[in-house]
Amino acid sequence: MAKRQVLFTFPPDLVQQPLIYYLGQKFNIVTSIRRADVSENKGWVVLELDGDEKDIEQGLAWMTSQGVRVDPVTGDVVEG
Amino acid sequence: MSYATALRCRKCGREYPLEPRNLCDFCFSPLEVTYDYKAMAATVSREKLAEGQFSMWRYRDMLPVEGEVVDLGTGFTPLVKADNLASELGLDQLYIKNDGLNPTYSFKDRVVSVAVTKAREFGFEAVACASTGNLAASVAAHAAKANLKAYVFVPDSVEPGKLVGAAIYKPTLITVEGSYDDVNRLCRQLTERFHWGFININLRPYYAEGSKTLGYEVAEQLGWRAPDCVVAPAASGLLFTRIWKGLDELAMLGLIEPVNTHMYIAQAQGCSPIVNAFQAGSLHVHPVKPQTIAKSIAIGNPADGYYALRVARQSGGGAGAVSDEEAIAGMKLLAQTEGIFAEAAGGVVIATLRKLVASGVIKKDELTVAFITGAGPRTQDIVADAVQPLSIRPTVESLEEVLNVREPKLC
Repeated sequence: MAKRQVLFTFPPDLVQQPLIYYLGQKFNIVTSIRRADVSENKGWVVLELDGDEKDIEQGLAWMTSQGVRVDPVTGDVVEG
Repeated sequence: MSYATALRCRKCGREYPLEPRNLCDFCFSPLEVTYDYKAMAATVSREKLAEGQFSMWRYRDMLPVEGEVVDLGTGFTPLVKADNLASELGLDQLYIKNDGLNPTYSFKDRVVSVAVTKAREFGFEAVACASTGNLAASVAAHAAKANLKAYVFVPDSVEPGKLVGAAIYKPTLITVEGSYDDVNRLCRQLTERFHWGFININLRPYYAEGSKTLGYEVAEQLGWRAPDCVVAPAASGLLFTRIWKGLDELAMLGLIEPVNTHMYIAQAQGCSPIVNAFQAGSLHVHPVKPQTIAKSIAIGNPADGYYALRVARQSGGGAGAVSDEEAIAGMKLLAQTEGIFAEAAGGVVIATLRKLVASGVIKKDELTVAFITGAGPRTQDIVADAVQPLSIRPTVESLEEVLNVREPKLC
């Protein structure tokens, strides 16, 4: 089992889609939301994912394929 | 003994012991070092600080370190009165804080000096970072000085020539197949797997504190006062917030008057997530894919972006972004007016300053400090077009011909 802290950024057309619910259902991942700001035309959510490492990887790839931007909560660590 | 007391979550305020840790367990927000300022105030004074060594470590009592420090001679870089550039831009008082004159040619030496000192205190035998330039060089150099192993991770798309500045110190240099995002993900996993001091991950709260010394130095070099305006680059946003914190702490300790400095963020248009948020009136920084020549500030998902935004807003400052062409023009303007060869991020700062003055946001009579955070020679290829020699035959006449001058013969 593995844990991963991520930031999801939703474009306007996906804000009303229950993608986090589907992420949990389809990939057997437990999602724990810690911070969020969602309005009718934009949204971001900081959450922790708990599940099998492979399932988390596949789940994040699926979120990306749906049009959600996935970033680490630590921000980028590759610096100039 | 330092006056550091704890790590505190910048969002929810939860506290943690002083240990290698960068995120709050509860809300995953960044942690920062807190201090016993009352005790610190009883120790530090202008006179005592002025007697200290000419390096960032003259402010040691205000930094979170305990034992012997790992120091290459970093800090107390020149604050140059830039009258030629001021005249060009239309300012009465402009100063350039030239932090490209640090041991590995960038401000990163300040943050890395603190982080590597802490790595040794925490008992790490190795330090690591992911970087394409300035940070890599600084980490490798400090690790060499501290007799620690250094691991530097780089995306394999980076040209080998860019890595000479780090490789010379003989770290273990590892190129990673894949994108910057892949390297980001790998490094976070490595932090969990290996007992390494990852400079800007698990040591990040300490690393951050090194940047405060830029604020301290500028105030001291101005004769113990804060500037009216600061223009500084933002990558992760951390440096920008810590310049402010440095000034704010000096006021809190009674070393300067209350701070009324307007803080302005400078970013390249090809990577300006913080400026975008500022201009949109948003508090959330939406990540972007960087595309700019200013590689040293090309961070698309800035960890401290929100906090940099807050500083810009609360200080009555602002934010501006410039194109790569404007940044190069800024580099050349700084070089040709003040004799300072900055990296592209410095060009971004000068070009942003120029816009802020031209639009009347920064007023003519406001004492302004522009921060140059890295030297130009490491990335000099981006201004290679500056080389336009006149070609002559080896005769005096040939020179006179191309210069269109004729000197009188000496008798």
